[in-house]
Formats: sequence, structure tokens, C-alpha cells
Amino acid sequence: MNDMSPPTSPDSYQTPDGRTIGPVVMEMKNITLKFGGVVAIKDISFDIREGEIRAIIGPNGAGKSSMLNVISGFYVPQEGEVWFRGARRPQMKPYQVAEQGIARTFQNIALFDGMSVLDNIMTGRLTMMKSGLLSQALWWGRAEREENEHRAQVEKIIDFLEIQNIRKTPVGRLPYGLKKRVELARALAAEPKLLLLDEPMAGMNVEEKEDMSRFILDVNDEFGTTIALIEHDMGVVMDLSDRVVVMDYGKKIGDGTPDEIRNNQAVIDAYLGVAHD
Amino acid sequence: MTDTASTSGLASIPALLARNVRDHGTRPAYREKEFGIWQSWTWAEAAQEIDALAMGLLALGINPGDHVAIIGRNRPAHYWSMVAAQKCGAVPVPLYQDAVAEEMEYVLGHCGARFVICGDQEQVDKVIEVQERMEGVGGEGAHGIEHVIYVDKRGMRKYDHGHLNWIDDVMAEGRAGHARLQGEMDKRTSALGYDDTCVMLYTSGTTGKPKGVVLSNRNVIETARNSSDFDHLSAGEDILAYLPMAWVGDFIFSVGQAYWTGFCVNCPESPDTMMTDLREIGPTYFFAPPRVFENLLTTVMIRMEDSGRLKKRLFDHFMAHARRVGPAILDGKPVSGMDRFRYALGKLFIYGPLKNTLGFSRVRVGYTAGEAIGPEIFDFYRSLGINLKQLYGQTEATVFITQQPDGEVRADTVGVPSPGVELKIAENGEVFYRSPGTFVEYYNNPDSTASTKDPEGWVATGDAGFIEEGTGHLRIIDRAKDVGKMADGRMFAPKYVENKLKFYPNILEAVVFGAGRDRCVAFINIDLTAVGNWAERNNISYASYLELANHPQVLDMIQSHVEEVNVSVAADEMLSGCQIHRFLVLHKELDADDGEMTRTRKVKRGVISDKFADLVDALYAGKTEQYTETEVTYEDGRKGKIRATLQIRDAKVQGETNMGIAAE
Repeated sequence: MNDMSPPTSPDSYQTPDGRTIGPVVMEMKNITLKFGGVVAIKDISFDIREGEIRAIIGPNGAGKSSMLNVISGFYVPQEGEVWFRGARRPQMKPYQVAEQGIARTFQNIALFDGMSVLDNIMTGRLTMMKSGLLSQALWWGRAEREENEHRAQVEKIIDFLEIQNIRKTPVGRLPYGLKKRVELARALAAEPKLLLLDEPMAGMNVEEKEDMSRFILDVNDEFGTTIALIEHDMGVVMDLSDRVVVMDYGKKIGDGTPDEIRNNQAVIDAYLGVAHD
Repeated sequence: MTDTASTSGLASIPALLARNVRDHGTRPAYREKEFGIWQSWTWAEAAQEIDALAMGLLALGINPGDHVAIIGRNRPAHYWSMVAAQKCGAVPVPLYQDAVAEEMEYVLGHCGARFVICGDQEQVDKVIEVQERMEGVGGEGAHGIEHVIYVDKRGMRKYDHGHLNWIDDVMAEGRAGHARLQGEMDKRTSALGYDDTCVMLYTSGTTGKPKGVVLSNRNVIETARNSSDFDHLSAGEDILAYLPMAWVGDFIFSVGQAYWTGFCVNCPESPDTMMTDLREIGPTYFFAPPRVFENLLTTVMIRMEDSGRLKKRLFDHFMAHARRVGPAILDGKPVSGMDRFRYALGKLFIYGPLKNTLGFSRVRVGYTAGEAIGPEIFDFYRSLGINLKQLYGQTEATVFITQQPDGEVRADTVGVPSPGVELKIAENGEVFYRSPGTFVEYYNNPDSTASTKDPEGWVATGDAGFIEEGTGHLRIIDRAKDVGKMADGRMFAPKYVENKLKFYPNILEAVVFGAGRDRCVAFINIDLTAVGNWAERNNISYASYLELANHPQVLDMIQSHVEEVNVSVAADEMLSGCQIHRFLVLHKELDADDGEMTRTRKVKRGVISDKFADLVDALYAGKTEQYTETEVTYEDGRKGKIRATLQIRDAKVQGETNMGIAAE
């Protein structure tokens, strides 16, 4: 088990702003992912620690979303291993991943447009509902009790994300920024230990980005949720995250704190281009 | 007579609370929607929470006479904080929660608050910013703030809690120290006298710095009693507390009258859910500034435009009928049997469901004040059978100066003097009053106190008006200082014209210039909701507020409104000179964050004419367009610039002969 944590850092440490970052919860070891002849991810290794905000950045087509899909178990890499909480993770079905405490949002919103915000968020708790089909259909006994409990939890999330005013609004009628927030709410409803956010701020204006950043920090702070996110907005990434992985053409070109990444020549080259002289 | 309240031992808000626990202990005192469910507290429960908080404040070392600033939206905990402060002999000072740090700095410094109770992280951040700024100016500890207490815990984990406490922890400490602290609290509470300060409220300050208006228990309790009697309010009323807590009206309705009569104060879930909460609560006693009624009406009209043809025709038919007979039925005047029957049908199909949608099904008494309300808007609500009335008041009078009795309601007056209020009109037309609610003083500002309140207790309202012959109703023309003269000596009353303009749903705000000039010109703000909807229906595409505001068709529409207003202004001999000759539609909404309006959304004329001096000059210089740059402040305090070239239009003016005479 000792090989789980990098030898350079202790099991847990304090961030400058007073949060405790725990030991490694998830580790990617030499992941390679191919689609036919296309190599999307090439021999990448990195880890995610308990309670941290971990960003994955990179130019378009760098393989970020593929990486997130590997973490979520949606893609199975051809080579390499995914270790989660000290055990090598086997190939799993999406619901098994959810039961492990991993939830995610999508780059292009995947909500049920015709359902209300409330119902959409309730679906995030599906894996936790235990009552049988008959009981659910009659909404009697266990089903009723259970729904009330889940609703209470969902209401806390609605309050947390300040979307009380759209509780009963069909998602299809909401503007883009709010849909993103509802998607986050649904992911939170599953009470994840590890939250994966695929471009949570894509296409948002400055104010919406600031709101979303605050929510992400608050989620991490209040619930102690570990967060892995992909984001294009460098300013946001540098402000939010504890550690950043940089990918380019399927390869890892940098890994470290925002300050280290900012001064990493390979990263600067990948983002700003290299001068030909 | 005036001392009945004090002689029966009800000389303070905490005393009223004790009485309510005795008489209405099991009735709901507060409700708040949280987590999607209405939570409620009876008077007995609320009193326990208040006691716990008061003792917690004692444990933190609150002294009699300390100022306790309260910053947050309408929540039971914030109301409890005010009463808890009073129980400790301290003075609550509610502040506008949307004020930016600079504004807050002045007020917190002026009242020297030792305790600040904040609604959430946002307010705490502002208070911390204020502390840092003040320290920067006057060295260590220049601000008097010693303890900050927050209500909503969210996001507060990482803060230095040396002088920062969660309200629940304060209350827990109060409960734990019960045996030690109860005696001191009871001693301070029973020492509260009828002439002790009840609350201090800062005026919004249309001119200059805000002033702290000190109101005594006598002011608040006498006013609450008189006004509750006037409208026969009882313990069974429900109100929705959604207006800023720093505004005197909210204090009188949600604290004064609520504690005097023992009715229930309902707090919305969030500012955005106000309409839903209004419908769920169905208040029996409702107060709103004209703007709220205007917005509601605009929403209804927009939705009716989008509805099916049958519904639209049904709506138009019955609304026309309601406009004809509705107000008369409400006032109990004779109406024919047939008309009554048709009104009853309309009530079944339209008025009832509409009132329900608006949340006005149970409204027994509704008030509007603060600004003039459009007659059409006023009549719309009254024709539905909603007893909407007008009142006229100000902070210095503990709200009530005049109000309209049932059955004597008109759009153009503000009613008869409230019980106990005396009125007089000065020679220049300014309205003066004297009442049991007349404020004690402006805090730390004897000069302003003396210039506002004379030794006999008469207070200048700053408004020009007259008392109507026969009915005794007061009519207000304009702010006394705004009523001016034009270059040729004709009377200039900008607000009179602006109000007429604002009655059009498409016009959100208007500013008229003309004092000392030969003719009047105007700035117009379009109402984005109404004009945006109109644009959508007419297939007019636009990318920004600016583009819509200066669209030729929008300008045509506004021009027709301006010309209609000119016709109606011309009809008034005294004010016919106030017709608008030229106008432009502004490229940005006037905003309190940019200092162009007060937090209660009153236009600051001086600021606007300085800031947009180039536009005013262009209007008078006869240009047809003008390029301008304006600095704007975003909600987070950052600044940016808007650049625009604005079109300037001429409007048709009535009665050119008048102009000729004036020119001679």
C-alpha cells in the first residue's frame, strides 16, 4: 500500500487557507486509452487526494474529457490501472460507480428537459432508494417515508445552490447558466465523495462564472467533497484548484500547484505556442 | 389619553412581546419558508428565541445604549435580533443590505455600532472590508465594531472567529448562561421607558449623507396603535415582510403593528421567490411601493398578450366591465343589479383566479406609498376588488402622515391626516406636520434636527402640496425643492411630468430638466421587460439594452408617449410650461450602484445632471445625436465603461401661443 502515496509528500497536509488535504483516494497509473488507431491518452499517471480540488487543463483535444471518463469508469483504458481507495478498480457499470460515491456533471448538459428542477435533482438520489416497485407505485409505507427523507436532502441542496425560485420550473425553460447549476445540484444529491465536473463554466458570463466558482469552493468546504474538474478558463482554474494536471495531445506535460504550473515552460509553450526563431 | 399605552405597562416592544406571549402565546408570530416548507414560530416560541439571543448578547458584553447594526434580508432571526437588542437596552439599527461597503462605512461609523448582526457571508465580507478601511484611515481600532454575528453559516468556516460568532452559538451561550444572565436582562428590559429610543433608521438620503432618525418607543407604539385602529387590524392578519428592513415602513408593519396587534409576519424563502411565497401566504394586509404594483400589472399584461384568443377576449371584456363598476362596488356605492351580476360572473371567471395568481385573494387592506401611482394602475387593482389605498409618510413621522379611509380612495390624493396628525401648509406650499410619531432627533446632528423640526414640533416634509377644499384630502405636487421656476417665470414641477411618463409600462424612469431654462427636456429609461416583450412580438431583434433603447421604432413609441403626456400637461394651466420639447432614451438604466438613485429608487437629480451634462447640453443645443461615455459599477464593485451615440428627438408641444407670450 505504500506505493499509493507519492514519497515526496506526507499523508495529509494543510493548505494555506486552512483546509486539510487528506491522503490519496484515487490514483491513475500509466493510463493509455485508444479509440481504434487514435491514442487519446498516452501513459498518464497522477493522483487525486482526499478533500482537494484537482484541475485537469489542456488545449482542445488534449484528452481531458476522455481522462474524466476514465476516472468515472465510463471508458476502460487499454493499459494501466485505476486505484480507488486502496484497491484496484475493476470494470464497473455506471450505477456501481455512483454507489462508490462518484458523481459527475457533463460538458453538454444532460438533464431531463421536460421534468422540473426538483424532479431532476431527485434523480440524483435514485441509487439510494431502496423501496420496491409496488411500494413506489402505490406511494405507501417505505416509499413515502423514503421520498420524504430524500426530498429533505434535496431541499438542502436547493437551498445551498440558491435555486429555490426555480424549484418547480421545467428544466427546458431555464437559461444555460442555471441548467449548469441544476446539473451540479443533481450530482450533489448523490452525496458524492468524489465529484467530477466537466467544464462547469463553459459558455458562462463573468458573473455566472463567479457564482459557480463560489459554489464549487463552498461544496468543497462545506461537504468536504473531493473535486476533479476540467476547465478552460485559466483564471478560474488557478484560483480554484489546489493542484493542476496539464495535458497536451494525450500526454501529461505538467503536474503541480497553480504557481508551479504558471511557471512551467512546457505548459506556457503548449498554451501560448512556441516562437520559431 | 396619549399615555394609555405607557400606563398599562406597554412602553416598549419587549413589553408588547410579553403581552403577546400572554394573550396570543399559541398563535403564529413568524413564518419563514425554508427547505421548501413554511416553518412557523408561535409568540411563545419567538419570545424564547429572543430571550436566548438577548442573553447571548449580554454574555458578549452588550451595554445599554449600544448600537446594534442589523444587515440582512427579511428573516425571523433578524427581527429577533432587533427585539433582543432592545431587551438588553441597546438600540437596533437596521441597514440596507444591498448597500456597498462605502455606504455602509459611513453609517456604521456614524452610529458607532459595537455589534453587527449579518445575514450571511456577503454581509460579513462587507463589514470586514469596512473595518479594514476604517483602520486604514484612523489607525488601529478606529471603527467601534467589536463583535460580528452571522445568521447563515454557509461559507463562514474559514473565517477568523476571534470576534465573529454564529448566531446559534450566541443563543446557545445565552441559554447556557440563563441563570446568570436572566436577572440582568429582565432588569434592563423593565427599565425601558416610553421615551427611550426604540430604533434608529437611516434615511435613504436623496441629498447628502444619510441621517440617523431616532424614533422613541412612544413614536413607534402610538403610531402602531393609531394606524392599526384606523384599518381595524387584528391578531388574525398575515403580512409578507419583503421590503428592506432598514426602511421605516417595514419596521412599523413587521415590528410596530405586528407587536401591537399580535399578527403574523411571514418571511419569503429568498428574494426571488417573493411572488410564489406571496401566493402561498395570501396576506390580508399588504404594502408595496407603486413599482411593485406596476411590475405585477406589466407581468399580467404581457402574459395576457401571449394567451389564447378566447382567454384574451374574456379578459378584455370583464376587465372593461370591472373598470366601470368595480371601484364603485368596492366603495359601497349604488350599482345596478345587472352590473352586479355581470361583476359576479367576472369574479368567477377572471377576477377571482387573477387575484389568486397575484396572491391578493385575501387582501383586506393594501397600501401603496413612496411615489405617485399611475391612476390606471391604481384603478386596475381596485376594480378587481382589492382594497388598495394610498398613504403619505416619511421616516421622520414614523411613516404615517396622511392615509385614505375606506370608501374615500382616489388616485390623485394621499388621504386625510392620520389619527393624531396635524397638518399645515406653509406659504411656499410646503407641507408641515406634527404628530405623536414625530421623530426625536437626527442622531448626532443637532443642526439638521433644528432645521427640520421647529421648537413647537412642526416638521417640514420637503414636499409641496395643498389640502383639497371640501374633502380635506392632501394632494402632493412635487418635492418642494424641485419645484422651481423656468427662465420666463413659469412653474417647473419635474416629478409631476415624470410620473405621468412613468405611468406608461414602457417607461421605467424619466428625468425632466428645465429649471431656469426656456423649455423642458427629458431623459427616458425604457422598461426592458415591457419593451423587450414588445420587440419580441414585433420581430425586432436586438443584442443589448443599448441597441434596444435606441432602436428607431422604440424611439417612435416613446415619442408618442411623450407627446401624449404633453397633451395632458398642457391641460393644466399652472404647469403647461413643463411640456417636453426634446428627449433622449438613456443608454443605461439609472442605478443606485452608480449613485444615480437612492436605495429606495428615487432619482438623484443633481448627480444625474452632472454626470450626463454632455447629454443635457446636447438636448438644449438642438443636436440630433450625441456621443457619450459613462462609467458603470457592476454588482461586485468593479467598474466599466459604456460608450454610445444617442439619438435625440423633438416632441410635439401643445399650445404654441403660450410659448409666444412667454417669449415676449
